[in-house]
Amino acid sequence: MSAIIALRGVSKHYRRGNEDLAVLSDFDLDIEARDFVAIMGPSGSGKTTLLNLIGGLDSPSSGQIVVVGKRLDELSGSALAHWRARHVGFIFQFYNLMPALTAERNVELPLLLTSLSTADRRRRVAAALELVGLADRARHKPGELSGGQQQRVAIARAVIADPTLLVCDEPTGDLDRHTAEEILGLLQALNRDQGKTIIMVTHDPKAASYASHQLHVDKGRLVRMDAAGA
Amino acid sequence: MSVLKYLPLLRANLWRRRIRTLLTFASVATAFLLFGLLMALRHAITGGIELTGADRLMTMHKMSFIMSLPRSYVQRIAAVEGVRSVTAASWFGGYYRDERATIVAQVADADTLFAVYPEIDLPAAQHAAWLADGSGMIVGQALANANKWKLGEVIPLHSNIFRKQDGSNVWDLRIDGIYRNTAGGDTNALFFHYQYFNETRSFGRDRVGWLILRVKDPAQSPAVARRVDALFANSDAETKTSSERAFAQSFINQVGNIGAIIAIVVGAVFFTMLLVTANTMGQSIRERTAELAVMKTLGFRGGQILALVLCESLLLTLLGAAIGMLLARGMAAGARQALQQYLPLLGVPPGAMLAALAIATVLGLLAGALPAWNAWRLRITDALRQGG
Ligand SMILES: Nc1ncnc2c1ncn2[C@@H]1O[C@H](COP(=O)(O)OP(=O)(O)OP(=O)(O)O)[C@@H](O)[C@H]1O
Ligand SMILES: [Mg+2]
Repeated sequence: MSAIIALRGVSKHYRRGNEDLAVLSDFDLDIEARDFVAIMGPSGSGKTTLLNLIGGLDSPSSGQIVVVGKRLDELSGSALAHWRARHVGFIFQFYNLMPALTAERNVELPLLLTSLSTADRRRRVAAALELVGLADRARHKPGELSGGQQQRVAIARAVIADPTLLVCDEPTGDLDRHTAEEILGLLQALNRDQGKTIIMVTHDPKAASYASHQLHVDKGRLVRMDAAGA
Repeated sequence: MSVLKYLPLLRANLWRRRIRTLLTFASVATAFLLFGLLMALRHAITGGIELTGADRLMTMHKMSFIMSLPRSYVQRIAAVEGVRSVTAASWFGGYYRDERATIVAQVADADTLFAVYPEIDLPAAQHAAWLADGSGMIVGQALANANKWKLGEVIPLHSNIFRKQDGSNVWDLRIDGIYRNTAGGDTNALFFHYQYFNETRSFGRDRVGWLILRVKDPAQSPAVARRVDALFANSDAETKTSSERAFAQSFINQVGNIGAIIAIVVGAVFFTMLLVTANTMGQSIRERTAELAVMKTLGFRGGQILALVLCESLLLTLLGAAIGMLLARGMAAGARQALQQYLPLLGVPPGAMLAALAIATVLGLLAGALPAWNAWRLRITDALRQGG
């Protein structure tokens, strides 16, 4: 198996006034295709920053990042946007759905960037909602759905354009144990059945145990990489 | 990108704050309603000027418009160099049933009237009928409609100036023709024969109100006017000859500089409308910062986000403008019915509709410019950190 994500000597600094804050320093990382990786670590350790770099939402201060065969550190803003639309699905802690749009319109959003016809878009949206078990809630707005249901809609939106990679930042951080397990089961199924590579940040060891590997980050450095349950 | 597939998104965004959106629509629509009505009014007042012939001159008494001239001036002016044709007219001071509702009734020379006013469009048969009928008249379409007059009807036309030799002030006139105006000018007048009028009236014999002449070359109009006035200098009835357009213009100037007033009022109203719309857009985009960041996360490029924000702003101003202008058209049409006699050209001219489209587009772009710019340069990571 080949690495679908490779970071070499990646650093990320923020300037705050005169201070130079190093959030990630000299970070090396390889993740195989079809892997399901959990990233753990204390608050402020740089997990979200790492995720943003892998997902092409942010650029490193130095170092190389190769994801799905592209040097992200060399891409321009709009090239990155294009790349994200094709290759990455994002899932956030607070779902980040459009409150004014129905579930199906939310799920359809990434497809507006494709040349698919209205009918094709409808068909794919229906299939994605079916996949996350929300076919009967297509016309509901986020405000009319529970947290778990909203996160399912977000997952449907993340997979609708058939990306290679799913990037999840504390996807169960706002959910109760039972609902969290349903969401994690769904992610696991996407990894197992559809071969999606998944990177998931979590604070919850129980959630991390759904992944096949666990990555520990502390003070902007990779401390260890374990196999699940090891 | 095809705009249509973004319509549900645009509509949802506009509609989420219904009250605010409706108030903004109302303010835009009101601004354009006012614009439309003022343009209609301006058109009604000044529209006639553009319709007056550039090659027509009016000769009247030097002292006053209401003083008459000798009939013999017609032949003498016809002989002046540069004059193509000349016709005489007199103000009859006519009314039909209601003394206060003055009708534009003119005493005319049927044989020269059409040479001077080629825009009067009368079917050939009606034209012939009128020439053959000494006590006949021709009536403008609008005037006929307003009074529900039919061809062939005999109308007792009263004068608030003249009397007949038998003491009555009523002339019975048969409608021999109903004319239109090919130049789009008003058709609110009627014309009847000078000879019939002259033979029956009790005073003012052989005199006419004014003369209208058509010149061979519009460029020579000032020279022709000078020649005509020179002809009657030092006579009992000196003349003043000016272009018909200048005459209409001088009449309108008495009403005040309408254009400037309209520009000031409309400018102030549009400026207020711009502030309201820009404020709505600013608030709306600020509330949605996190959502815009999410759209960028999904792969929407800065330029697309910018375009979407501008579309939203344009939707506000264009829809508002459409509502306002349609209301203005409806109201102007309603008022035209009631004011047919006074403002026959009342109506929102097509040029104003185009101007409204252009203004709404510019204002929409201006109102959305700052929020669109902010949305364009929005950094995903910052916005999500704050909004998430
Ligand atoms: N735009 C920024 N400007 C300045 N500092 C930043 C910025 N973004 C992140 N940081 C800092 O970088 C550090 C790492 O932040 P990051 O969000 O990656 O942590 P995290 O591991 O995801 O934490 P948490 O578990 O609380 O979500 C923090 O100290 C944070 O304050
Ligand atoms: Mg974080």
